[in-house]
Amino acid sequence: MKKKIISLILCLVLLAALSSCGGNGPSGEKQSINVYNWGEYIDQSVLDDFEAETGIHVNYTTYASNEEMYSKIVSGAASYDVIIPSEYMISKMISEDLLAELDFSNIPNYKYIGEEYKGLSYDPDEKYSVPYTWGTVVIVYNTKYVDEEDVADESIDLLWNEKYAGNILMFDNPRDAFALAHVKLGHSMNTMNPEDWYEAAEELKKQKPLVQAYVMDQIFDKMLNEEAYIATYYAGDAITMMDENEDLAAYVPKEGANMFFDSMCVLKGSQNKEAAEKFINFMCETEIAVRNAEEVWYAIPHTAAFEALDPEQSGDPLVYPPQEVKDKCEVFINLNEETLILQSELWINLKTQY
Amino acid sequence: MSKSVTIGNKKATITPFASWMTVFVLIPMALVVYYAFTTDSGAFTLENLKWIYTYRSTMFLSLRLAFIATVICLFLAYPIAYSMSRASEKIQRNATLIIMLPMWMNFLVRTYSWMTILENQGLINSALRSIAGLFGTEFDGFQLINNRGAIVLGMVYNFLPYMILPIYTSLTKIDNSLLEAARDLGSNGFHVFKRVILPLSIPGIISGITMVFIPSISTFIISRILGGGKDFLIGDLIEDYFLGNSGVVNYNIGAALSMVLMIMILIATFFMNHFDKDAKTSGGGRI
Repeated sequence: MKKKIISLILCLVLLAALSSCGGNGPSGEKQSINVYNWGEYIDQSVLDDFEAETGIHVNYTTYASNEEMYSKIVSGAASYDVIIPSEYMISKMISEDLLAELDFSNIPNYKYIGEEYKGLSYDPDEKYSVPYTWGTVVIVYNTKYVDEEDVADESIDLLWNEKYAGNILMFDNPRDAFALAHVKLGHSMNTMNPEDWYEAAEELKKQKPLVQAYVMDQIFDKMLNEEAYIATYYAGDAITMMDENEDLAAYVPKEGANMFFDSMCVLKGSQNKEAAEKFINFMCETEIAVRNAEEVWYAIPHTAAFEALDPEQSGDPLVYPPQEVKDKCEVFINLNEETLILQSELWINLKTQY
Repeated sequence: MSKSVTIGNKKATITPFASWMTVFVLIPMALVVYYAFTTDSGAFTLENLKWIYTYRSTMFLSLRLAFIATVICLFLAYPIAYSMSRASEKIQRNATLIIMLPMWMNFLVRTYSWMTILENQGLINSALRSIAGLFGTEFDGFQLINNRGAIVLGMVYNFLPYMILPIYTSLTKIDNSLLEAARDLGSNGFHVFKRVILPLSIPGIISGITMVFIPSISTFIISRILGGGKDFLIGDLIEDYFLGNSGVVNYNIGAALSMVLMIMILIATFFMNHFDKDAKTSGGGRI
């Protein structure tokens, strides 16, 4: 509580200082919403179309991980209206009362969302979220440098293959990184047993000397320039990379992978909830959903847009994995506090072992 | 009307500065100390300080890299500053401009560009590879990035101007007649440097060291971009605790670590000022 009061005071001081600097004049009347999304996760021209259609201006900012987004919101450093977190973060934010209940009468396009994507475990009563995209984590590799026999079995062990020491890129966020180690060891990635986490940490420590760098969005540059040969990332981004460099290929590891559902939510305390809902509704318009899907190449839960997609995309097994692949995948759930603290300690430990 | 605010009115002139310092320096620092000694619920505790011990190796690594970067900066900067101060006025003006030029660009852009230079497929290695190709040999390339050397290089490159400029300023302030006098009295070139120039430029060296060491020890982005995000420096650790990238936001531990960093810098500054005082009695400049 104290934290909040102090940050509030600081914000007020800053605001007072800023607002005295210059008046906005009549243009300040214009409605605007703040949208906070993953990097490389939208067709940017959609935002202009939204403004042209509704007159609502979108202030668009991006983040690289769920945790980054979460801490920015709880610190009160900025106020956002629409955010697009992944499922486990949504359930965490619901339990902490950070999300607003949506008024679905403002989001008629919700009807396009496929039934199998509605009411999933993170939002069982369909109150807080509208699914945006989904996908899995995949392993990307460069066929020029990686021998065929090493990828023939489509195993997660490729990320631990000493032959490619110094040419492997790894997630720079603990949830995704630990999930890979858990999968390798045959644990559930949602395990809350400390023993499992210690074992997974050992795996990551073993892997560290082989890792060229821990990265998030920088992965694009490094894989496209063939700076690194093997990486692990989210399916849609992997396909975007494969599109730009024909030597790249990808697979969902046979041992399993994380499957994620990113959904649009409105934050509690949004100053402009109706405009935020309008934005969500706009994103669910078929034509807009198609454009976004064509740009980001993640799987979409939007039935009408899916029909409208080029079969090359809607039939791509990396984007829309077949059922047997989906069965191997696991969706994150929100870890309990003790496990989160342990995860953080183990991750920092990994980064401070010199 | 205008008479009521005279230049001599100390209070009126100092108010903007004092309020700026209070709001943006004193209050934040007080908050850091407050958080360092409290728990999440606001109760007093010394518990956070134990993390300082836990992360001692991170602190030593940061100290070591910052120290190396500062020493390299000093040895690079002094000859540059010296030859600048001896050059014609036109060259001095242009040289200052050239040294300042990179600072017109954003710090991040400058650091990212080193990535393109140092990478395995980067400028240096591809150039070397094509040279090796001319001689018909294979060349794998040097490992220039994602290691500590690259981090130090990033620090040296980014902070070198902060070492050159103060030294240069203190060197230009040396009265030429002092050097002439020294020569007249029989000193050779080396002696003049050792007995006259060097002592008189110490204030510049001191501010240079301070201005390079402090940003080096607290940097966090250089280690991520050029170090491959493998090894945390103390700045990375603090950022991690404040932003919760590892899954847990803990202002208290973050603040405790920041406090140590502030204390280390304070001690360093104290020693530096001590040197400075000795030097001041003999004159010289400082910016």
